Parts: sequence; C-alpha cells; structure tokens
Amino acid sequence: MRSLYISYFSEFYKSRKTLAFWAAIILPILICGLIAFGFYSGSDKVLKYNYPGLALWAQYSGAALNVMGMLILPFYVMFMAFSVNNIEHKNDTWKTLFSQPLNKFSIYAAKYLYALTLLFICLFLFAALTFVTGHLIQLLVPKYTFNDYNPVLILTKFYTKLFLASLGILSLQFILSLIWSDFLKPMGIGFVGTIAGIITANVGWKHAYLIPYSDPTLALRVTRAKGAKIEDFPIFTQEIWVSVIFAAVMFIIGYFILSKRNIK
Amino acid sequence: MSNFAIETVGLTYNFGSQTVVKDLSLQVPKGSIYGFLGPNGAGKTTTIKILLNLLKSPADQVFIFGKEINANRIASLKRMGALVEQPAIYGHLTGKENLVNRCILLGIKKSKYAEMLDIVGLTDAANKKAGKYSLGMKQRLGIALSLISDPELLLLDEPTNGLDPNGIIEIRNLMIDLTTKHGKTILVSSHLLAEIERTATHVGIINKGHLLFQGTINELQDLSKPSVKIETDNQEKTIATLVSAGAEIVQQNEQTVSVTFKTKVDMGNMNTLLVQNGITVFSIGKERKDLENLFLDITSKN
Repeated sequence: MRSLYISYFSEFYKSRKTLAFWAAIILPILICGLIAFGFYSGSDKVLKYNYPGLALWAQYSGAALNVMGMLILPFYVMFMAFSVNNIEHKNDTWKTLFSQPLNKFSIYAAKYLYALTLLFICLFLFAALTFVTGHLIQLLVPKYTFNDYNPVLILTKFYTKLFLASLGILSLQFILSLIWSDFLKPMGIGFVGTIAGIITANVGWKHAYLIPYSDPTLALRVTRAKGAKIEDFPIFTQEIWVSVIFAAVMFIIGYFILSKRNIK
Repeated sequence: MSNFAIETVGLTYNFGSQTVVKDLSLQVPKGSIYGFLGPNGAGKTTTIKILLNLLKSPADQVFIFGKEINANRIASLKRMGALVEQPAIYGHLTGKENLVNRCILLGIKKSKYAEMLDIVGLTDAANKKAGKYSLGMKQRLGIALSLISDPELLLLDEPTNGLDPNGIIEIRNLMIDLTTKHGKTILVSSHLLAEIERTATHVGIINKGHLLFQGTINELQDLSKPSVKIETDNQEKTIATLVSAGAEIVQQNEQTVSVTFKTKVDMGNMNTLLVQNGITVFSIGKERKDLENLFLDITSKN
C-alpha cells in the first residue's frame, strides 16, 4: 500500500511540469472559456429563443458535452495514456523504475491510477466550470435564465457517465502506450478506433456499445421512462458496464504483460 | 552467512535462441571493488540487469548477500544502488528534482539531495534541467542517484563513460572511499582494464558470455610472465646471438627484442654475451607485460 502511495505521489512529482498534467486543467478552462465567451458576446442571438432555465443549461452544457463525448475526450484520453507512459520511454527510465525496491504491481497500478486521476480532474473541471461560468454569465447578462434551474445533479450524472464510459478507451490506450514507445502506433490505432466508434454509434449499430471507442458517444444518449423527471436517467447503462468491465480486464492483462516482459 | 555480496551459480541466460550469458559463476566478496571486464557485447550489461532482476534469472542461480534474488526481489533491491548503461534521468526535471523524485520513491528524507549533489560536484547545476546536462554531468547525476539510498552494494555499469580525466579520478577516489571508509561493495563494469586496475581489488573477465578469469588483481598480474627487453645497435646480430645461446624470443620490433626472463644472473650473462660479440647494448631490463595486453590476450584466445 505504501509502495502504491509513493509511486503515485512520484507520478505527480515528475509530471507536474509536463503538458500531460497541465492539459487536464487547460483543456476544460479553454473550452469552457470559449463557450462562455460565445454565450456572453452572442447573448442577443441566444436570448431571442427565450429558453427557460433548463433548456438554456442544456444548450450551454451541451456545447461542451457533445464535442467532448465524440472527439475531444477520446483524443485527450489517448494523449494522456501516451504521455504517462512516454515519460519513462523517452528518458529510458523503465529500468530505473523497476530496479527500485517497490513491488511491480504498485508501480504499474500507480501509473494507471494517475492517468485515472488526470481524467477525473479534467472532467470534474468541465462540470465545475460549466456551472460556474453559467452563473457568471448570468451576472453579466441579467436577462439570461440560468438562475431558474439548478443543473448540479444533471451535470454530475452526465459527467460521471462520461468518465466511466471513457475508462475502456483509457485502459486500452494505456496498454498500447506501455508496449510501444512511439507515438504513432497507439495514436494510429486510437484514431481508427475513435472514427469507427463514432460511425458505429451514429449509424445506430445495435452492437456498437461493444466497441469501447463508441461508449462515450453512446453514454450521452439518454432515454428516460415516460413521465420521468429530466434528471431521472440511469448511470449504469449497458455501454457503461461494457466500458468498466473492459477497463478492468485490460488493467489485469496490462499487468501480466508488464510482469512477464523483460525490462530492456 | 555468505561472504559474497553477489554470487551467481552457473548462471545461463538466453535472449530468444541466443545465449548471452553462459555458465557464469561470479563471486563478489563483501567490501571489494570488483572490476567486471569485457569487450563491448560480452554480456556485462545483461549480467547487471539480471543482478537487478530486470531480466528474470532461472531460480537458484543468483544470490545477493546470500539470498536468492527472485524470491527476495524487494529485500535485495533495498540493499543495492545501480547505474545501468546510460544514466536514466528525467530530462524535463532539474538535477535536484531528479534526486528528490528518487527520495520519494525510496521513502527517504528529501533533504538528502544536497549532500549527493555535493559529492558528485553538481551543486552549481542543481536547478538546471537535466536534459541540458553534458554527458559527464548526466553520468555524475546517475551516480548520485545510485548512491542516494546509501546502498551496501553498488552496481556501476561503465560509470566513467563520458567523464573528463578529472571526473574519472574523482569517481575512482569516490569508489575507494566508499569501500574503505564505508564498507560498501562495488561491482564496476568496464571495457578498459587500465581504468579498473587502479581501483579494483578483484577482477572478473567475461567474453561472449563466458567468465574467462576471476580472482584478485594480484592473481591476474601473476598470470603475465616477465620478459627481458633489449635494445642494441644491431638487431639481427642480437637475435642470432641470443638464439644460438638458447634464449627464447617472445616479441620483437624494429628497435627492441624481448626474451623470456629466467633469473637476474641469466639477464647479466645475456648482456655479457652480447657485448663480447661486439654489440653495443643501449638498454636491457626486466619487463612485465602490462595488464592491458594480458586482457587482450585472455579475451582474444576465446
């Protein structure tokens, strides 16, 4: 346990000055900032539709969520899984890492947990910044109706779904980046996977949920029971289960690959 | 309790179908500086990686302080510090941060970094990015990293690689200091015997995965037979005279000729014989083949 903690802490220490870490913070700030600016500077156009509170929040958060689910999130996950492992490939430090008196599983699990943490930070900031900037715009443009609805529950549920739905991609990309030191192989496979995911999800192939890359897109399609409240939708739908189970299996496989492999 | 810091018993290791290390039985006594010698590609780095359990050895072939490595991986690694091949350092972190990161991983006090920087003379470059270090500075940082946990056993793979003469002397003195004053054991690999012979107490010579020689540095020196080197004004006549007197020519070049050394008296007789035959002797003296040549002999025979 101590082994895991110090390895995890060391991951933070060594990557705190890298883009992998800062991307988790900059990405949500940038995207939420742009959307907020759009809603502020183009307030006349938005106000014409006279959205009630809920619909306005849906428009506002949807601007980030929709691109996230489709494109940015899978690519961010790929990039992050790559950089967490690349820090060791690039500096040729696997051998040093594994000659420390720490058990191998801790080193591996700490890296995985660190990637998970970055993903969590990124999505948490998206949710939090959507909420905060929405209220900020309300202050600047009083005619908006952001105050009429409290979006905390619905934002939390959506982003939780998105987080869980991207675990499958994360684990797969994590293994690819662990095995290969170059950028192109994991990125190439990830790119093809993402395109395939988007296509299969959009043409409505009934087994699309089995492809981890389509899970984030699918996770955002919510079906509710008739007459249910807007917030009432299940988090653990089938694509979420697929993603989580896939992630767990990949995590275990990754460890076996690593423990069998000789460190060059 | 075993008296060996490192002991391998008939260690054999294959990369696929290629045997890299064959029937290797290293015995590194505690408190020694063990020079692990061999030409490039002899299997030195592979052996060091096996000793660090980076490459998995067959069971019951590698023992660190008497304990089987696969069964005692963490306990063994706790007592070891290592520098393998090129120093593995994070280029985007400063020298200081690299050391602090290692302190985190080892669970030791972070303030230890200052002492280490001082030992390897990098205090002034502490806040410079390690990626911008020169090869010699990287090597020093690598040595500092291997020393930071104050290990009983140090494995240094070509530690003076890329260092200037001053740096080489410093590392040499550091190694002697660590063994004599602090009771550490050091295994240091090199492809240059000259670099090892001043510090090492024990030597192991490996080529193509086979251990060709193992023993103390004196035992290695005893292997080389002394000879008599003679320089005269008439090379041809000298050789003819010596051969007819029954001397054995070991080596000859344009100016000098070497014959087997027997006794001092025999050497004096040779001198008299040459002078009596009208040859002017410029110099005559006993010579021991230097270790470098001996090393080349041992490794090329295989």
